[in-house]
Amino acid sequence: MLELKNMTKSFGNRTIIKDLNLTVKDGEILSIVGPSGAGKTTLLRCITGLEKVDSGQFLVDGQAFDPYTNRTNDSVIGVVFQNFELFPHLTVLQNITLAPTMVLKESADDAKAAAQQLLDRLNLGDHGDQYPYQLSGGQQQRVAIARALAMKPNVLCYDEPTSALDPNLRQEVEKLILGLKADGMTQIVVSHDLTFAKNIADEMLHVEPNQTK
Amino acid sequence: MHYITEILPSLLSGAGMTLQIFLWTLVGSLPLGLILSLGLISNIKPLQWLINFYVWLMRGTPLLLQLIFVFYGLPLIGLVFPRYEAALFAFILNYAAYFAEIFRGGLQSIDNGQYESARVLRLSYAQTIRKIVIPQVVKIVLPSVGNEVINLIKDSSLVYVIGLGDLLRAGNVATARDVTLVPLVLVAVLYLLLTAVTTFVLRQIEKRYSYWK
Repeated sequence: MLELKNMTKSFGNRTIIKDLNLTVKDGEILSIVGPSGAGKTTLLRCITGLEKVDSGQFLVDGQAFDPYTNRTNDSVIGVVFQNFELFPHLTVLQNITLAPTMVLKESADDAKAAAQQLLDRLNLGDHGDQYPYQLSGGQQQRVAIARALAMKPNVLCYDEPTSALDPNLRQEVEKLILGLKADGMTQIVVSHDLTFAKNIADEMLHVEPNQTK
Repeated sequence: MHYITEILPSLLSGAGMTLQIFLWTLVGSLPLGLILSLGLISNIKPLQWLINFYVWLMRGTPLLLQLIFVFYGLPLIGLVFPRYEAALFAFILNYAAYFAEIFRGGLQSIDNGQYESARVLRLSYAQTIRKIVIPQVVKIVLPSVGNEVINLIKDSSLVYVIGLGDLLRAGNVATARDVTLVPLVLVAVLYLLLTAVTTFVLRQIEKRYSYWK
């Protein structure tokens, strides 16, 4: 379970997020929706530790942690970026096994076997030796998901998972995210696509642009 | 023909000196340039100023002048280099400045998303630079670095000014002694051979990096 308590984030004197409280239960999906500029992505970047919050507390399973400085191997937040940000010079398998071998110190064989399992699970079983540029957008996204899952995160976050894809792939992404939910994955999805967000969400969070600028 | 075989040994021994300067300058200036470029993109302002000043100094004065200062000037403050070491010292410092600027451009062209993606996978800064950034930068900077490498072959002829016997000097000596341009024609042919081989090697390296886009 991930909890945020009284989180505030501002850039300069512009407050983006003010005293936000939030709970994501294990195995559930939280959709964060709202118009552009409302701070959806900023919120996600705070949760994933890419932005430093001004105040507030993060708890994973009741344990406080600071995603911005967290370097231990527990309470991990996985991220699937809007543009996936795969490493272009590495094969699909290398993309997935890099962090497990270098950060979690798994053996190359273990990491590779685990990565292959993830790829099979995501219907990419025979793409392991290809490079990102050889894959379609949807395939790249699934590699990005596999790469995040290989770090065994407690929570998996997506930034606009439908925006870089063909519109007719939306249902595929829905199925994918709901499939991971069936596996017990806790997920946070930022989207401006209301229908998509509703279809997958257990909880919805609407963020509005802050009036006090 | 007889004349050519007569002067060829001295030209080849000069070419040997040219090659030594060439190789050792690359061995010294490429890593130094990389380290300097990391300083240029760091957030430490005084370090940036210092390196920028160094780059300005090295690129802002003729290499010929730098050679003279290193060999004839530094002994005035108690730093005495033998000729060959003085030449390498000046060449490495000079070329490192050019390489630093090329690498800086390459480093800055790596999308911030790559760093963030490495960060959420909890790779350390050193791991990110080594495994994610440098392999991509190498591919980007190869053509510009190749340009400098070709330049270096010909710049190495400047070492005559501190009395080192390189290829061009060997040709000059023979031309002055025998009052014929034949040695210099041979010198040109030898330089062309050297650059042809270097160009070929650079192409092979570029090809090796063409497996991804």
